[in-house]
Amino acid sequence: MPRAVDSMRLPLAAALKDAVFAALIAFGLFFFLIGLRTEQGPTGALQITTRLPALAMLVGAAFAGSFLRALLFGREPIRLGRTLPPALTRIAERAGRYAGLALLAFALLVPVLFYHDRYLLDLGIMVLTYVMLGWGLNIVVGLAGLLDLGYVAFYAVGAYSYALLATTFGLSFWICLPLAGILASFWGVILGFPVLRLRGDYLAIVTLAFGEIIRLILLNWQSFTGGPNGVSSIPRPSFFGLPFVDEAGGFASTFGFAYSPTHRVVFLFYLILALALVTNWVTIRLRRLPIGRAWEALREDEIACRSLGINTTTTKLTAFAMGAMFGGFAGSFFATRQGFISPESFTFGESALVLAIVVLGGMGSQLGVAVAAFAMLGGFELFRELDQYRMLVFGFAMVAIMIWRPRGLIATREPSVYLGERKAVAGTLVQQGRA
Amino acid sequence: MEYFLQQLINGVTLGSIYGLIAIGYTMVYGIIGMINFAHGDIFMVGGFIALIAFLALVAIGVTAIPLALFLVLLIAMALTALYGWTVERFAYRPLRGSFRLAPLISAIGMSIILQNYVQIAQGARVKPLPPLITGGHTLIASESFNVQLSNVQIIVVVTTLALMAAFSFLVARTRLGRDMRACEQDLKMASLLGVDVDRTISLTFVIGAALASVAGIMYLLYYGVIDFYIGFVAGVKAFTAAVLGGIGSLPGAMLGGLLIGLIETFWSAYFSIEYKDVAAFSVLILVLIFLPTGILGRPEVEKV
Repeated sequence: MPRAVDSMRLPLAAALKDAVFAALIAFGLFFFLIGLRTEQGPTGALQITTRLPALAMLVGAAFAGSFLRALLFGREPIRLGRTLPPALTRIAERAGRYAGLALLAFALLVPVLFYHDRYLLDLGIMVLTYVMLGWGLNIVVGLAGLLDLGYVAFYAVGAYSYALLATTFGLSFWICLPLAGILASFWGVILGFPVLRLRGDYLAIVTLAFGEIIRLILLNWQSFTGGPNGVSSIPRPSFFGLPFVDEAGGFASTFGFAYSPTHRVVFLFYLILALALVTNWVTIRLRRLPIGRAWEALREDEIACRSLGINTTTTKLTAFAMGAMFGGFAGSFFATRQGFISPESFTFGESALVLAIVVLGGMGSQLGVAVAAFAMLGGFELFRELDQYRMLVFGFAMVAIMIWRPRGLIATREPSVYLGERKAVAGTLVQQGRA
Repeated sequence: MEYFLQQLINGVTLGSIYGLIAIGYTMVYGIIGMINFAHGDIFMVGGFIALIAFLALVAIGVTAIPLALFLVLLIAMALTALYGWTVERFAYRPLRGSFRLAPLISAIGMSIILQNYVQIAQGARVKPLPPLITGGHTLIASESFNVQLSNVQIIVVVTTLALMAAFSFLVARTRLGRDMRACEQDLKMASLLGVDVDRTISLTFVIGAALASVAGIMYLLYYGVIDFYIGFVAGVKAFTAAVLGGIGSLPGAMLGGLLIGLIETFWSAYFSIEYKDVAAFSVLILVLIFLPTGILGRPEVEKV
């Protein structure tokens, strides 16, 4: 009888003891917050109602869960494999080369396959927006290793740039798009300067504060941004000058189609797909350039980086500017798609969502980010009825990923520089956010 | 002048609350070098537990306010401490030895969990509580402006001072305090010398959460309303306070809390109330640029 395995598991009595302990803890945690509920009564004063079944269920679940865990795993922490086993990794690596292409082909075909399903097209546009945001943030977090919790600020700058330029000066989307990118990257540099000297988590908090400042200014500067009412009737995009309207000179009549409102949706879909692919392509190309290598070197070791004569100031600033620029592009796309924006769309939760996509996908892995955006937003849509629970699940997912798969879904990375043969390496060999 | 004095009193009260929260940040950062992003939400949970416990006590017939408040204080401190322990145990302890940003991301997840948990369990609406402690003293009466010092303000400041004194004693004089200081200097060396590091870290979270729950009660008494979202903004401000005072330093946390409270109050009083949060967040950025070690902090030497 192999004793090593046995000693992990606990005898029944000890397991029971653990379970009772867990149930007590659960009772303490949930008694006031779940077991009792406060509601405003008719007089306006708070009244208390009990909700004992829910409390009993949670305590019971804690008891049962802890009991089973103690019997099956003992008190050792449960370890799922932090990376896939080598054989699987090799298969995944081979599949990964084609998975990207397959996903791209699928994305290109979505408007053809689901032409009549407006809901799916809208969902696709949303997923692609987050893919683009994820890829943009990946430059800052995944490549340069700078944790940015205020990424949504650049998204907001892009959105408001387009919205205000278009509604005030009547500039078209195609002129505003580069302007929005430039403005956003300008703000990226402004944020970048003060945080140059900061290390990982200080940096994170400052970027968070920055994001909140931008949101609060958008909220309170009523005369400029419209305050909480936001900016409405933002011009919709045109097909390079041909508007999507049902009249002569519109897109449909110029090309001799019957007019359909879906044309615009399909155009928006291909537009965001193109923007996202540009982001991806630029990132892949940049990784081969000295600046991209400097980013990755910075992520691995800032001191070594400096010792080798890399200018860390410009390296960090370009990373912020580049990431911010793509955030700005995505923002102006968001504005033109929605036709209406308000500060509510740019809260910290949004930054956390984009960050979660990047982290879940595996920081630095382009394919992983796309898969994660798809999984996360698809999951949100699937559980739409459980609307109030989805942020809760989202929070649990973030914690669980950090515990069990801190390197994300795609745990291998393609090194930019290699000796001899080119092959993927385990994500654990890559530093994350030490800078 | 009267107006200034009144704002000074308000600022000190607010600053005491921030200071109590800031201690949790500064201790955790000092010992394991992570920003406990969920700490602000622990403060919110503490406030909620206090509110519900108070209503429950009134419902079962404890109507003497001083007794009820004392019991609420005990209940909230104990249960919020339990939250602190649980969060550390499940979200942070498994990550010790993981890469540097893992605990921070996990903490962000935990913060989202706590906010949404309270929102689902207790509803998203603002919860009002009628003022329990009323009355006050008029310090200066003039025809234009009366300077008021309310009893709530006295209680907030006195409680904060008492807790600070008790906590300073704990850190300076007790076995646990010595363990904590040892862990702060060198985790590995402390464990080699027989300090139970896991236990010390757990207790740090427990104490931090208990202090945050007191801050939650003070907030509830002072403002009379609470909602599930107060933890986020208060958390960032308290973290700012911890950084401003010098992270890792206990008097620094208190000093930073006072300064942030004063800055926020004076900013609201003399400039614009809409931008008070912007002022506090800007202070954080400015401090980190010009004074990254804070007022009472030690410079950190980065080793290769």
